[in-house]
Amino acid sequence: MIRDITIGQYYPGESWVHKLDPRLKIIVTLVFIVALFLVKDFVGYIVAVAALGIVIGVSKVPLRFMLRGLKAIFIIIIFTFVLNMFMTGGTEMIRLGPIAITYEGLYRAFFMGLRLVLLIIGSSLLTLTTKPVKLTDGMESLLGPFKAIGLPAHELAMMMTIALRFIPTLLEETDKIMKAQMARGADFESGSVFRRAKNMIPILVPLFVSAFRIAQDLAMAMEARCYRGGEGRTKLHELKFKKRDLAAALLTCLFLALIIQEQNIMAALMPTLASLASNLAGAL
Amino acid sequence: MSIVVKDLVHTYGAGTPYESLALDKVNMEVADGEFAGLIGHTGSGKSTLVQHLNGILKPDSGQIFIGDVDITAKGVKLTEIRRKIGLLFQYPEYQLFEETVYKDVAFGPLNLGISEEEAEQRVRDALSTVGLDFGKFAERSPFELSGGQKRKAAIAGVIAMKPEVLILDEPTAGLDPKSQADIFDMMARIRAEERIILILISHNMGDVARVCDKVFVMENGRIVLEGPPSEVFSQGELLKSKGLGLPPAAEMIHMMRESGAELPETPLTVDAAVDIIDEYLLKKHDRSLAH
Repeated sequence: MIRDITIGQYYPGESWVHKLDPRLKIIVTLVFIVALFLVKDFVGYIVAVAALGIVIGVSKVPLRFMLRGLKAIFIIIIFTFVLNMFMTGGTEMIRLGPIAITYEGLYRAFFMGLRLVLLIIGSSLLTLTTKPVKLTDGMESLLGPFKAIGLPAHELAMMMTIALRFIPTLLEETDKIMKAQMARGADFESGSVFRRAKNMIPILVPLFVSAFRIAQDLAMAMEARCYRGGEGRTKLHELKFKKRDLAAALLTCLFLALIIQEQNIMAALMPTLASLASNLAGAL
Repeated sequence: MSIVVKDLVHTYGAGTPYESLALDKVNMEVADGEFAGLIGHTGSGKSTLVQHLNGILKPDSGQIFIGDVDITAKGVKLTEIRRKIGLLFQYPEYQLFEETVYKDVAFGPLNLGISEEEAEQRVRDALSTVGLDFGKFAERSPFELSGGQKRKAAIAGVIAMKPEVLILDEPTAGLDPKSQADIFDMMARIRAEERIILILISHNMGDVARVCDKVFVMENGRIVLEGPPSEVFSQGELLKSKGLGLPPAAEMIHMMRESGAELPETPLTVDAAVDIIDEYLLKKHDRSLAH
């Protein structure tokens, strides 16, 4: 049960998406998130879904893994959907007593829900295709310029690396302690909420003790290897911006342009499409 | 009561890229009152196997009979199984959580729903079995004990549940020799007094050879060799190929044999090795006198 948690989970692979520069991937993800809020109509969403679909296809990460991340925020999506559906004014579609569903509401609810789903899948694609170490390397590099104004970029990145690195360790530790207490007859699955919360004590106390022990061991091991922060530190794997990164950057620009100009493009194409359709009709 | 394991299969992380087959059709039989040893390299599936025996892990397929109850069947009461099968995990001191040793040892028994009075009696018995003085330790915090004492307190927590089968997963790992000896004395005491099944997982071949009636050797999720210690440990080369070794006494006789000494038997304990060498030297002496 505890192994289903997928925060920051990496799906090993050798695809084109996996190999991209992590700095670029972080920027692309941010661009994608911003673009989702610029989308205004149906065609825009088609562009966004298609773009995400292509990237998922190229990454070769099974769709299952993307959807798993959605499970956690399923309630939020439903909540957003329902709220938008009932709270938007406009032409009524169905009325049940005081509650009315409008066409506008349904339309908005659908797109809000879709936006959330795309948001989650888009950002989980980043962690699924990027090793945590590379991700933090990218973060550190991107935050580099802010060092001038006193931002401890390396320390922040190191903290993130350690946090990500120890999520599985702590989950494993939790799993082990849970099993040990179950072997002593502890019951975590039945009883009232209060009772269940109280039953967590035999897990939480040893878990905290373990967490502090692990932290202390790690600090000592780092000091023993002369770690003293980011000043003058070199890297084994320097990040390099390659040709494929440039290609991906250009594609992202194209995507952003499409999203921004999509309404204008459609408006420009409309008369042509309309005349094409009428010509066809006339010919028939 | 006996334990019978039939064609047990378990896969970790099924359906993810990290999928691994941990148990591959394991068959195993431990008779009533037997002391079984389970050896194998790290990751061979020993811990996974014993976690099935009290229902902590569910198998993908296969059956486990404790007595004549199939504990993998649907609708079996898990609390009942966990009462019968005591499982001590690796580094059990990390499961201690209560304010006092007394409360921690009583945690298991109280979960079984017995009365406070009986729980107290059980805590007294369990602490004396593991060799911790009740008056001295019962009211102390488990977190201020030494490593060996913590280990003993954790073992007491499992013993206090009065299991009919006691499984110990590397109970002496990382302890000093005195504490290790204490824990083996304790196992001997439990065996003599309670006549229950004991299963010991260990990387110390000398310990396994000395105390067990039957040894199972695991490799890659399978049991590859089983039998009495004298048989299993006579196959030195095979064990070495599985990342294991021989008990020190057997290893020494093996080395003497390789350098030409005529020693037919393989001893399991240092005492037995001493007898064999004595006899060999006497014979050699007699022979040289005869010349």
